[in-house]
Amino acid sequence: MSAKYGYYPGCSLERNAIAYHQSAVAVAPVLDIEFVELDDWNCCGATEYIAIDVLPAYALVARNLAIASRQKLSGGNQNQVVAPCSACFLNLSKVDKYMSDAPRLAANVNTALAAGGLSYKPGSVRVRHLLDIVVNDVGYDAIAAKVQKPLYGLRIAPYYGCLIVRPGFQGAFDDPEYPMSLDRLMGTLGTTVVDFPVKAHCCGGHMTQISEQVALELIRQLLQNAAEYEADAIVTLCPMCQLNLDGYQEAVNRHYGTKYHIPILYFTQLMGLAFGLPAATLGFGKEFVDAAAALNKIGVQPPPKPKKERAGKEALPMPEMAAGGLSHES
Amino acid sequence: MSPERIGVYVCHCGSNIAATVDVEEVALWASEELGDRGVVVARDYQFMCSSLGQELIEADIKEQGLTRVVVAACSPHLHERTFRTACKRAGLNPFLCELVSIREQVSWVHTDRAAATEKAMAVVSGGVERVTLHQPLEPLHVPIHPATLIVGGGIAGIQAALEIADSGYPVYLVEREPSIGGHMAQFDKTFPTLDCSACILTPKMVDVGGHPNVTLLTWSEVERVDGYVGSFTVTVRKKARYVDESVCTGCGICTEKCPVRVLDNTYEAGLGYRKAVYRPFAQAVPKYPVIDRENCTYFQRGKCKACQLFCPTHPKAIDFEQKDEILQFQVGNIILATGYDLFDCRRIPQYGYARLANVFTSLEFERLCNAAGPTGGKIVLRDGVTEPATVGIIHCVGSRDHNYNPYCSNICCMQSLKFGHLVKERTGAEVFNFYIDIRTAFKDYDEFYQRVLEDGVHFVRGRVAEVTDAARLPGEEGKLIIQVEDTLLGKQRRIPVDMVVLSAALQPRQDSTEVAYTFGIACSANGWFIEKHPKLDPVATMTEGIFIAGACQGPKDIPASVAQGAAAAARVLGRIHQKELALEPVRASIIAERCSGCRICNNLCPFNAISYDTARMITEINPALCQGCGTCVAACPSGAITGTQFSNEQVLAQLYGLLLLNVSSGPVQQPQPALVPA
Repeated sequence: MSAKYGYYPGCSLERNAIAYHQSAVAVAPVLDIEFVELDDWNCCGATEYIAIDVLPAYALVARNLAIASRQKLSGGNQNQVVAPCSACFLNLSKVDKYMSDAPRLAANVNTALAAGGLSYKPGSVRVRHLLDIVVNDVGYDAIAAKVQKPLYGLRIAPYYGCLIVRPGFQGAFDDPEYPMSLDRLMGTLGTTVVDFPVKAHCCGGHMTQISEQVALELIRQLLQNAAEYEADAIVTLCPMCQLNLDGYQEAVNRHYGTKYHIPILYFTQLMGLAFGLPAATLGFGKEFVDAAAALNKIGVQPPPKPKKERAGKEALPMPEMAAGGLSHES
Repeated sequence: MSPERIGVYVCHCGSNIAATVDVEEVALWASEELGDRGVVVARDYQFMCSSLGQELIEADIKEQGLTRVVVAACSPHLHERTFRTACKRAGLNPFLCELVSIREQVSWVHTDRAAATEKAMAVVSGGVERVTLHQPLEPLHVPIHPATLIVGGGIAGIQAALEIADSGYPVYLVEREPSIGGHMAQFDKTFPTLDCSACILTPKMVDVGGHPNVTLLTWSEVERVDGYVGSFTVTVRKKARYVDESVCTGCGICTEKCPVRVLDNTYEAGLGYRKAVYRPFAQAVPKYPVIDRENCTYFQRGKCKACQLFCPTHPKAIDFEQKDEILQFQVGNIILATGYDLFDCRRIPQYGYARLANVFTSLEFERLCNAAGPTGGKIVLRDGVTEPATVGIIHCVGSRDHNYNPYCSNICCMQSLKFGHLVKERTGAEVFNFYIDIRTAFKDYDEFYQRVLEDGVHFVRGRVAEVTDAARLPGEEGKLIIQVEDTLLGKQRRIPVDMVVLSAALQPRQDSTEVAYTFGIACSANGWFIEKHPKLDPVATMTEGIFIAGACQGPKDIPASVAQGAAAAARVLGRIHQKELALEPVRASIIAERCSGCRICNNLCPFNAISYDTARMITEINPALCQGCGTCVAACPSGAITGTQFSNEQVLAQLYGLLLLNVSSGPVQQPQPALVPA
């Protein structure tokens, strides 16, 4: 029997991030998981609404939680909802947490929900990010067993963005400063993973609308670093990050006189490729920065192990990462 | 009507109690209302613990023929002994005196005077009921064996061993590593005087090694401790060295000839190599090497024996057939000086340790600076040749951080200042210290800070966000960039450096909880051993006869560790001189006919006082080990364990007394006989 999860796609996955949605839905059966979309879900308010008017913002998010709890989505004793978008994931888990901590807020939100015949008991829905489900519920070993066409030769910069690892409460599943789960997942698919130092830095979010100068600089830093590491693609797990790095790459090039050409892909797209699913079902071709050249690099043979630079005779030993940690290629 | 003649003494404690409790009223109430409970005299006095206060009690005992005494004052932790001793002087068995707390549990925690006064009356009443059931008790006397076990051969253990051995008493010093010396042997210079660590340590190591009163057991671990204060039986595993100490001359030819090079994660902190047969360092005590079985070609593949072949002694000192030895001996007291472990900097990946080559831990840096270290004391990058032009030193790595350890590691500020000075002295590089606060308490420490400031070391106040090799600005290429909020400047800064040193936290030994269990002492939530009193008894533990010294009790520098080692030794010597020790007779005991042998209590005792008699199929309690905590008394499902001074009857009587005040406002019954186990 496949594992069932409630599915909250969020607005982005219907439009700009439809590739994320398509590829997530495509890989789910391979991983033996089933998504049950929430009935009549609404926008999570993204990053802005909470800054403008708190109570309606919380009620807006809580409405989705209320629907999820009513639907008894995943069966069993845990009602779990998957959000593929980092902003949705953060907003949903944040509202659940704040309602648990502040009974007055919970009461006010429930008064608002009552107008629509809904109510939400804090803690009754567990909100999780798609990456969390994939690496922790399915697991690396099960994923490795499904890999049919390893993505040999593809150099990947794993990019987490700033939202996914930051809720310091229920929902946190990786190190907030230097996460490794996506690194390990990409390694499992056969790609060459670079130790991307800016992996948890901000993509600029909606700064593109507010102060483009700031956003372009943040985006440039990410692109520059990925280029220095000779990454063929940046892999992301957030529609916002994907949009900024992909949609604004040309703007960055124009503004700074650079020539970056780094496709920005969703981790689910690469999973689909590695599982041998047809590229057409994985939303390829929707990206602004064309990924075709990068994908053509995928070889059938694992790349030769990079020759360790022979350390000089005087060189001091380098400490090793703890067992279980991924050793990066560079 | 009680057959006892009870005196009640209510203390003002200056204004500590009297400001919140109407003490005169309490005394008056006791003499009037508790007369039928046996109270024949009740007094209040400004300072009951003063000589005059004590004399008041003594006079009443003699003149009024008191048979019981209740003192209502501070916590028994403070003055129970004072008042018991006063009673004893007046001829009353000291255990017929009960001290009830109306300060810690009444005046200090209440503000409503009327309510506090009423509660004080209830507390006094409880004491009166309880003391009526007290029995005269005699202290237990146990002889003290003159030998002492010291666990851990770092500077604290060495100091304690020398103090005791020099006084003429035997010491067993057990060390897990092949040599004594501990962390201090790894350091180059010591703050604040910058004297050479080895130069001040090795004479003490030599003294211990050759001392006629010290039995040095290195490459050994304590497996078991049985018995109790005065006569512990210690079982030690002396691991096979594969070197016959009676023949070996310590010439070192075996090490020279050994073909296997092993990364040394202990003494060299992973920065250098040793052989499979090795001495950790040149001045090791004892001088005998050990064979590291896991890495020895002969033990792994059955061939080699180069060390034995070239060993120049007759007969050969290398003995591949040697087995672990189990030793047993008696000691009267035990000092634990097991030290600390360094925080694993890999746990903070954003600081880059083990990812970025030129990020070093503080211990690695000590080895870099050490003239006997892998670089001969040259401060160089991981390539072994390049001298850094800029060095960043990050304080509080893994300490003062709620993600890792909340506490301050005490030594890191001074250690980082020392590093800064050494870098300046030896390379002339620019040095940046990144700190939260500079803590240079203690003698001559702040003067050292001033000196380092004058050296031109830069100080940036702020917790470092990350160390990265992702260059962003001109001048950052090929450097390690330290991203930090300079909280004095109110600005984010990016400071490119060549080398980063992480001043890592001191942590309890990874097996500290098991060690604490072996010795029957307690660990804090962090894992440090807990002292008996944080201020007034810092080297004793709640277990009689077990003392602690040095960093195993909490992060500590060398002067403090030495002081604690000497202090623990002084405590032990005091015990040895007394020849026997009087123990409080507050003990749990088993009523054999009630014990069903269920063994529920067996693993609960924090002092390992409970054992199971398989022949009689009942549990037994060793009175010398028992500290009277009462855990087993509460746990026993058949009421078979009773605590002297803490019997069910006594506790129920105290409860009855506490509730007596309310008799008028509601029916409070005398405890039913059925509730009280006979």
